[in-house]
Amino acid sequence: MPLRPLPPNPDRFSMPVLETHDLTVRFGGHVAVDGVTASFEAGTLTAIVGPNGAGKTTYFNLISGQIRASAGRVVLNGRDLSGAGTAARARAGLGRAFQLTNLFPNLSVRENVRLAVQAHAGGGGSMLSLASGHRDWIAKADRILAEVHLEAAAGQPAAALSHGDKRKLEVAIMMALEPMVYMFDEPTAGMSVDEVPVVLDLIRRLKERRDKTILLVEHKMDVVRSLADRIVVLHQGRLVADGEPGAVIASPIVQEAYLGVAAPAAAATPAAPAGREGAR
Amino acid sequence: MISLLSGDRPRSAVLSVILLAILVVLAAAPFAFPGAQALNTAAKICVFVILVASYDLLIGYAGIVSFAHTMFYGIGGYGVGLALYGWGATWVSVFGGLALALGLGIVLALAIGLFSLRVRAIFFAMITLAVASAFAILASQLSGFTGGEDGRSFRVPPELRPAFKLFEEPVLGLDITGKVLTYYILFATALALFLLALRVVNSPFGSVLKAIRENDFRTEALGYRTVVFRTKVNCLAAAMAVVAGGLNALWLRYTGPDTTLSFAIMLDILLMVVIGGMGTLYGAVIGATLFIVAQNYLQKLMAVGAAATEGIPLVPHLIHPDRWLLWLGILFVASVYFFPTGIVGRFRKAGPH
Ligand SMILES: Nc1ncnc2c1ncn2[C@@H]1O[C@H](COP(=O)(O)OP(=O)(O)O)[C@@H](O)[C@H]1O
Ligand SMILES: [Mg+2]
Repeated sequence: MPLRPLPPNPDRFSMPVLETHDLTVRFGGHVAVDGVTASFEAGTLTAIVGPNGAGKTTYFNLISGQIRASAGRVVLNGRDLSGAGTAARARAGLGRAFQLTNLFPNLSVRENVRLAVQAHAGGGGSMLSLASGHRDWIAKADRILAEVHLEAAAGQPAAALSHGDKRKLEVAIMMALEPMVYMFDEPTAGMSVDEVPVVLDLIRRLKERRDKTILLVEHKMDVVRSLADRIVVLHQGRLVADGEPGAVIASPIVQEAYLGVAAPAAAATPAAPAGREGAR
Repeated sequence: MISLLSGDRPRSAVLSVILLAILVVLAAAPFAFPGAQALNTAAKICVFVILVASYDLLIGYAGIVSFAHTMFYGIGGYGVGLALYGWGATWVSVFGGLALALGLGIVLALAIGLFSLRVRAIFFAMITLAVASAFAILASQLSGFTGGEDGRSFRVPPELRPAFKLFEEPVLGLDITGKVLTYYILFATALALFLLALRVVNSPFGSVLKAIRENDFRTEALGYRTVVFRTKVNCLAAAMAVVAGGLNALWLRYTGPDTTLSFAIMLDILLMVVIGGMGTLYGAVIGATLFIVAQNYLQKLMAVGAAATEGIPLVPHLIHPDRWLLWLGILFVASVYFFPTGIVGRFRKAGPH
């Protein structure tokens, strides 16, 4: 039984920045995301939780356009983006950091971020100016790299980074795009304990600006509890709970389906085959 | 100098010396080598520098494999050639033919790009192959217009003819004939287009091309419409190939399927890019020079070798001039095997960055 959605700021009316209506995708007979309707407001951080294979990454893919929906709509600031391609959605303000790191391996760390800065500046079209002449783009890329503590690695190829640093670069690229909606897909997965706070601080600072809409897929419940204004629970592609963190975590369906309190139900939860996860 | 090179230096002392040597020799070729064959070789190098550099924009920078590059080369050759043949030997024919060829080439590149650059790379390669074959067949079938397999010989504007003399007196012992003038038109255009290509790959646009080659999926996710970038570079490379074809026609005073459209030329271009080093542009200069010099002088060198080794069993047979194609092949297999990143890649790794 799904909980009633709770507005994150009950005393303040705000128009949703991002809405999905009955968003659905089928892979063959398998419904990976099944009629998910939700809306997300500016200045809020929504955690999206659910067991492996619940459809969280696929939900992100449907929003940012990597996968076309079988049915349903994606609306950003009242504009229907369902027919738009990936690039158009990125330009419209949907930012995405991938669960499986997705970088330009042979380009330098700085160039990885600079390309995103350039995309945000709408500057990819110029054929006759020098990329290295746009000092402001390079300076901005370096500033963002410093925020994720990667400034020392700026000159290295992205492929040479450690796993944790690649995850940070992934986040840095999204920051450089300055989107309206930030989608973090397990940003701290596989990071060492001392690296995790760097990314979490970044997300916290982003949240404190209160003008951005943040969606965060995260497994660590303490992280979710400390950052989220709201939790959405996906289970087998369906939205099964949506509301204020305390209430959602306490709800029987989450205890059962996600936190695995009732052991038999948790054992029955299908786990995603690792290789098929993520957009790539 | 550095700004002419768009800040993209050869990044290796050996490479800089080789490139400078090629530049000086090509610039001084009419004065340094009196023979017709030497100047023909130098002119061919100039034409192929444009052709190979533009192909490198596609394959080396944007990761696009096209087999239609000789088609655009042919469009340039036929455009200028047929205009001179049909409208008379005037500059209006030269520039009118070139403009028409550029228009046709760019429209075709745009169409091929928009229709097929969305699909997987292998399909794009197949489509370009099909279009190029169709074009080659068309060119030989429309023999009333194109001269068919025989092609067309034509006269060039008076200023470009061998009998024309720019000055009464020779300069540094050389008569500045129309042929010499034509050579310098080729040389200057090749230099300018090479520097333009170097500028483009170091521009914001060029940085997106490299991003597409690395990870097109991610490039799209940054908000770049990769098909637009691919199509634009496809058009740019096609336009450069058209110009190369036009220059080649001016030099040869002939246009025909063998000199422009043949698939053998496409293979030569591919080899030159790979030998020089993909995605470096400087590789285009080195690859084109080495290949064309080998093509033109290997036979002679072998004749000398065969004569010198007379008396030794087997050796003179192996290096008999008739076997030059075999040795050319071996040379290329060896160079690709030993320098998988091309000559430029090889020297860059050895030298300081
Ligand atoms: N491109 C795809 N083709 C087929 N099945 C897919 C594809 N992407 C995801 N799936 C399947 O959809 C389900 C949801 O996967 P995913 O969204 O990655 O889950 P989560 O991110 O919640 O772990 C899984 O069963 C997965 O195997
Ligand atoms: Mg996932």
